[in-house]
Amino acid sequence: MHALKTTFARLRPAVDFCALRIVETRGETLSVRQDVQEPLTRMVDRGAMVTVIHQGGYGYAATSLLTEAGLRAAVDEAKRWADISRTRSVFDYSLVQLPQPSGTYRSPHVASAPTWQRAELLELLMAESRAAKLDPRIVDWGATIALLETRQLYISHAAAVNGEPGVEQEWRFVMPGASVTAFADGDTQTRSLGGQYNGYCQQGGLEIVQASGLLGAGRRVAEEALELLTAPNCPTGTLDLLLLPEQMLLQLHESIGHPLELDRILGDERNYAGTSFVTPEMFGSYRYGSDLLNVAYDPTIPQEFASYGWDDDGSPAQKHLLIENGILRRPLGGAISQARAGLPGVANARACSWNRAPIDRMANLNIEPGDATLAELIASVDRGVLMDTNVSWSIDDSRNKFQFGCERGVLIEGGKLAGVVKNPNYRGISATFWRSLKRVGNASTAHTMGTPFCGKGEPNQIIRVGHASPACLFANIDVFGGET
Amino acid sequence: MQQAFFDLADFIDAHLLPGERFTAWLAAETSDFVRFNHARVRQAGRVTQAHLTLRLVAAHKQVAVNLTLTGEREADRALVLQQLDELRGQLADVAQDPHLLLSDERHVACDVLNPPCDAAAIVAAVTAQAAPYDFVGFLACGAIANGFAASSGSRLWSEKTSFNLDWSLYAQADKAVKCAYAGLTWDDAAFATKLAQAAQQLLLLQRPAKTLPPGAYRAFFSPVALESLLSMLNWGGFSEKQLRVKRSPLLKLQAGETAFSPLVTLTENTADGLAPAFQGEGFLKPAQVPLVTAGVLTGSLVSPRTAQEYGLAANADGEETTQSLHMAPGDLPDADVLQRLGTGIYVGNLWYLNFSDRMNARVTGMTRFATFWVEDGAIVAPLNVMRFDDSLYRLLGEHLEALTVERALLVDTDTYGARHTASSLLPGALVGRVELVL
Repeated sequence: MHALKTTFARLRPAVDFCALRIVETRGETLSVRQDVQEPLTRMVDRGAMVTVIHQGGYGYAATSLLTEAGLRAAVDEAKRWADISRTRSVFDYSLVQLPQPSGTYRSPHVASAPTWQRAELLELLMAESRAAKLDPRIVDWGATIALLETRQLYISHAAAVNGEPGVEQEWRFVMPGASVTAFADGDTQTRSLGGQYNGYCQQGGLEIVQASGLLGAGRRVAEEALELLTAPNCPTGTLDLLLLPEQMLLQLHESIGHPLELDRILGDERNYAGTSFVTPEMFGSYRYGSDLLNVAYDPTIPQEFASYGWDDDGSPAQKHLLIENGILRRPLGGAISQARAGLPGVANARACSWNRAPIDRMANLNIEPGDATLAELIASVDRGVLMDTNVSWSIDDSRNKFQFGCERGVLIEGGKLAGVVKNPNYRGISATFWRSLKRVGNASTAHTMGTPFCGKGEPNQIIRVGHASPACLFANIDVFGGET
Repeated sequence: MQQAFFDLADFIDAHLLPGERFTAWLAAETSDFVRFNHARVRQAGRVTQAHLTLRLVAAHKQVAVNLTLTGEREADRALVLQQLDELRGQLADVAQDPHLLLSDERHVACDVLNPPCDAAAIVAAVTAQAAPYDFVGFLACGAIANGFAASSGSRLWSEKTSFNLDWSLYAQADKAVKCAYAGLTWDDAAFATKLAQAAQQLLLLQRPAKTLPPGAYRAFFSPVALESLLSMLNWGGFSEKQLRVKRSPLLKLQAGETAFSPLVTLTENTADGLAPAFQGEGFLKPAQVPLVTAGVLTGSLVSPRTAQEYGLAANADGEETTQSLHMAPGDLPDADVLQRLGTGIYVGNLWYLNFSDRMNARVTGMTRFATFWVEDGAIVAPLNVMRFDDSLYRLLGEHLEALTVERALLVDTDTYGARHTASSLLPGALVGRVELVL
């Protein structure tokens, strides 16, 4: 990467602004399904994106040919697109001054020696797989660990010419998971470790495997799947709803994260991911939730999945409260969106890799803990349902009307847990749902989770997001179960 | 690009050790991507990428790497040699794979269609013609290539240059017409015609919107909306592996506990689709795979891995999803749709579907874009977005009244990782009732 900085500096793009972002990723996924190793697949990916802003136009070019000729061609192509768009842009890009930063960011333990022992990890996964097959009703089972190591350099051309180092960031992501399916009498129930989309993913080393609960998960998850087979359907009614972090991550993601993305508010996503019920004039005064709701964009928690030092337009990342005591304060928008909207934002212009341009993403989005233990939350419910681990999600294109489902529910009656229920679902409207938040769990109820699979953008991008949340209690929510 | 890939395959073949086999799958594209908002350009650029999935097989073991190629011969040869060494080292870590199945047959085929495609000219046309409207959309334009090579001697290539403009015209707030224009050769006049047709629908969307109370309603699903419903069957529905492990939402259909309407006939029609006719283990896909015939499950999609595990014949990609789903037409002319609907909902688009009860194929989702309330065969008002929650067994079963004579070719606009090549050919569907819940 250092050599490429010098190469980039030698180019003479003759434009108002030019930046280079090089991304190198190595990854590997180990999986065992039904006591058979799944094929081992690694990835080795390396490429660069050149961004040009010139005379009000904006263009980019992505290439995997990281030679002087390759970078020069990319600069020319990016400039060509800036020229084409110059008189047709939705925004005069000459009005935004992108930062030209230098610095480094590293995931926890990323500098230490690799601890990835493939054969040992495959043995671990095999042991969990075998432990899961504890009953003939178990029909599908498996466990997985994925590793991703990414190095990225971001540098403006002016900084490269001046011999500045630019921003070097290095991440290591570990993504454990396990899933077990049980079948009997025509019904199928699946239970997982933190969801079927790697909810316990974090930055760091193999300590994440231990912290996720993967060790011992095979048998535990299988027992819970069997328990669901004999459970009644979740009741239908307007009840109190206690959501654990394994569902809160999805609730937060879909009905706070996406509606606060500034590019949605500006209309960029209307043809694909959708718009937002949030409008620019709401910031500063709109009551998004009850007084108990405090939501932060926080890229500073080292182990959280989408922590970083700078976003992909070079803005430095720092924590901001987006919702404070229930009042909407700030959108999720990077430097370009901020300039377009005339609103403050955060450092969240992010791209999934070198072959996609940065757009507004939510990165780490967290709910600040409250004061209740889980026991206190349960004890405060006269009649309600506890729901655990997302399995189904659907929300309208303005991010308002939603319906979500969980793997497992537990009835709460008279302040006590009163039996497992299957197929628990609930629905509501974002604009009113968060105002029904009546108690927030303390830090002992919280988990730092995330997902590698947040989709958005044209061209489409799947990106990493982090979500930390305590358990939260909501009043008078429409809940229901499966077909009867 | 084709010759470079085949040369690289020969190079790999020449550097294998005794007892080793390889497969190589190339997914490459040179794509111009342009986002539009308010009929102007939001973000534009070019992506040139080539990803090689190289699999090494020896002693019934397999390991693979997905590798980004540079496009330079010597650099790519060096990358491949380095990765072959790493793959050999990893073979020691993995167990023999009882489900490994690769084609031993030698197939050689080449399908190339590269008409000129000038993205800058399309951008000029779009921004000029759409200027009077609140136009928002996305253009993907350029060449997509897929190649397969293996130790068996197979050398397969598919390469097409095309454009795909996916766009909407907005009336206000969330009221919009969603349209698509995809093809091999751009035609300014054809786009102008589509734009004018969409502008006509905008007039309907400018009427005061209607909000329905939850309940059951008659409904017509356009081909695009029906595609959203049928896409849920790609969440393991037709997958042989998912059927075997009891996770398919079509388990009750397979067991004969329920049936779709006799009107429903679904086929994976590779011969008439846009996706490559070959797949990553070197098998040629059958021209057609019947999946549902007159409402009854008559087939499934079988990957080579599943085929080996259960002693079946492979007929699909590794994901066991449809790439070219065709549905048989019905007898309802498009011109009669509103009359037959009578009073109910004309659903132009659905959005964000998911299972609310997978084993009963119960699906929830939202209406979106041009969805209208219809009374006595005439469009009365645009509909504010509504959530539905209903079973596909009912919507495509007892409640399905008719399918249209005309079918629409729907080209996949997804670009996750790379531009997708799936397509479907579907009619519209008239149903007696659909449950709206919020």
